Amino acid sequence: MATDTALACDLQRVLDAEGRKLPDAELPDLSPERMLQLYRAMVLMRALDHRMLGLQRMGRIGFFGSALGQEASVIGSGAALEPDDWVLPALRENGIMLLRGFPLDKYFAHMFGNALDVMKGRMQPMHFSGREVNQVSWSSCIANQLPQAVGVAYAMKLKGHKKVAMGFIGDGGTSEPDFANALNFAGVWQVPAVFVIQNNQWAISVPVEKQSASRSLAIKAVAYGMPGVRVDGNDVLAVYREVRKAVDRARAGGGPTLLELVTFRRGGHSSADDPSRYRNEQDAEPWERLDPVARFRAFLEGQGLWDDAQEAALEHEQRSAISAAVKGAEQAPLPGPETLLDDVYAVDPPVLDEQRALLRDELAQQ
Amino acid sequence: MTPDFRMSTVSYREAMREAIRDAMRRDPRVFLMGEDVGRYGGCYAVSKGLLEEFGEERIRDTPLSESAFVGAGIGAALGGLRPIVEVMTVNFSLLALDQIVNTAATLRHMSGNQFGVPLVIRMTTGAGRQLAAQHSHSLEGWYAHVPGIKILAPATIQDARGMLWPALQDPDPVLIFEHNSLYNETAALTGEPPEVDIRKAQIARPGRDVSLLTYGGTVALALEAARTLEAEGIQAEVIDLRVLRPLDEATILESVRRTRRAVVIDEAWRSGSLAAEVCARIAEEAFYELEAPPTRVCSAEVPMPYAKHLEQAALPQLADVLDAVRGVLA
Repeated sequence: MATDTALACDLQRVLDAEGRKLPDAELPDLSPERMLQLYRAMVLMRALDHRMLGLQRMGRIGFFGSALGQEASVIGSGAALEPDDWVLPALRENGIMLLRGFPLDKYFAHMFGNALDVMKGRMQPMHFSGREVNQVSWSSCIANQLPQAVGVAYAMKLKGHKKVAMGFIGDGGTSEPDFANALNFAGVWQVPAVFVIQNNQWAISVPVEKQSASRSLAIKAVAYGMPGVRVDGNDVLAVYREVRKAVDRARAGGGPTLLELVTFRRGGHSSADDPSRYRNEQDAEPWERLDPVARFRAFLEGQGLWDDAQEAALEHEQRSAISAAVKGAEQAPLPGPETLLDDVYAVDPPVLDEQRALLRDELAQQ
Repeated sequence: MTPDFRMSTVSYREAMREAIRDAMRRDPRVFLMGEDVGRYGGCYAVSKGLLEEFGEERIRDTPLSESAFVGAGIGAALGGLRPIVEVMTVNFSLLALDQIVNTAATLRHMSGNQFGVPLVIRMTTGAGRQLAAQHSHSLEGWYAHVPGIKILAPATIQDARGMLWPALQDPDPVLIFEHNSLYNETAALTGEPPEVDIRKAQIARPGRDVSLLTYGGTVALALEAARTLEAEGIQAEVIDLRVLRPLDEATILESVRRTRRAVVIDEAWRSGSLAAEVCARIAEEAFYELEAPPTRVCSAEVPMPYAKHLEQAALPQLADVLDAVRGVLA
């Protein structure tokens, strides 16, 4: 068992606050191209968050949950997976889908709930299921995706597939029974699962110290017989390095891991709340100094991999892509009313046939 | 393989076990998990002996958490397996209600048909064994309220043997409710699995004067009532609903239109019950063909008591059914 005593407070880190590699830190095995890919994905997340909140405020989309300040946690975790691994996300991991190749236009189709949405306009925004990226949406009730991740991982184990299931949860979600349930099962069954807590310090308006009296969230792993690792969640290189170790261990048959990524939710919980009503703006300041995007950019610049011209080009490129995608999504048709009753079952039972007939009559009258 | 048509007497429990064994032999994706299903053989002894044949990975004892083993069942189904999850009783399944109602029932629709949940959940239901309220309720009617899942209630040895395989073939979640009074019932069965259509109710006993509509543990009570009434010259038809969601309305209405009288027997509470749903559909679709208002025989609306005489007083009894029948025939 790794780091039983240390994990209560030891924070795994690669970069300092200014994005310089810490003297003793071990760099993860990432090519320059891959690092740049992760950086672009983080910047895209931020650009999308900004644009989405704006669209929600204008009433053009219904709901949004920003991951502002958590880009390293999201991208660093998702990058540690192979394409055919499974993701069971929580609210703020959309960036992983995009990193894993989910197209931007389909992302927007979901946000607008239009006819091109793979979920056909049925899911609340930020609840993504994407078969093409092996991702199954969380349930709004919080944490029930974690036992499901155990089941997916068990299926992989039984079928002899060397695939990993990664389940996400927030700090608030660690108080849910399904958090404990899932970790307990995963420990006993030794399934290839990785559990990632994004400890962003706030569960809507409740701070983490009112959520748990535990010295850390990672230390909860000890009770379930698995390694627990606490990582600077605003340091993408540290996140990637530690999550990758956990993924590799799971894939090799070494069982599950719990990671706590310590980060900060700089925005509201979602578009439905205003954080200034329940926390001081000063709370955010130290975290702004630890901005994950700025730190990683500084590191890349220090390595000679990135400069202002590339940044400007990226910004321009992403802004155009987003604008085009928004335009496309708003021009796309809405899901037809006749789809209302589809997919409740694989094969319609008679009661749905009746309702379908009623719906057809109603539509014919309009 | 030569079909085995020899008849032998088997219990409901053995029929269910044979159904599991058969499914596991036919399909390597099928596995069973739940509390005590392994060495102990299940709290109602359904899975006795299966651990020895299939090993720990496919007869999986779980830690004690309904939400986790149902949730893991959902995940395993998503991952390509065909799990059978055993929950000890319907009361305990409430700890997994979120997994069943918010995910298993909704995922196909909400994901835009990208993901289905081909999961079978088996659980016991019902009273009569002096286990008091937290073991003995009949909450299957609640589940029957929810679109996206299917609800089966095998009342016969045939159905105990024959319903599991089609349930496992179903691409959507299927909940199977086994009334605890049935496990020791016996009947003659051939070695061949009976073909069961899990979309259909069945006529358990034909009759022309009144339809007794029921399912699960009270099918036997309805049959007993029908035998008693026969001595009085009343031909009661007994309809075993078998599938509580989606209800086989055609069979229900066909029977009621013939007999023109309906008595629904349901061990659950009357208010907001499956019995209420059946009566409402009869009233909506066959009102002018009825000779009397549809009526119901249900349990007393109290938490199920422990003391034997109180428990029996709370449950539908033969006299209640006979009174109800005489009432609609009066």
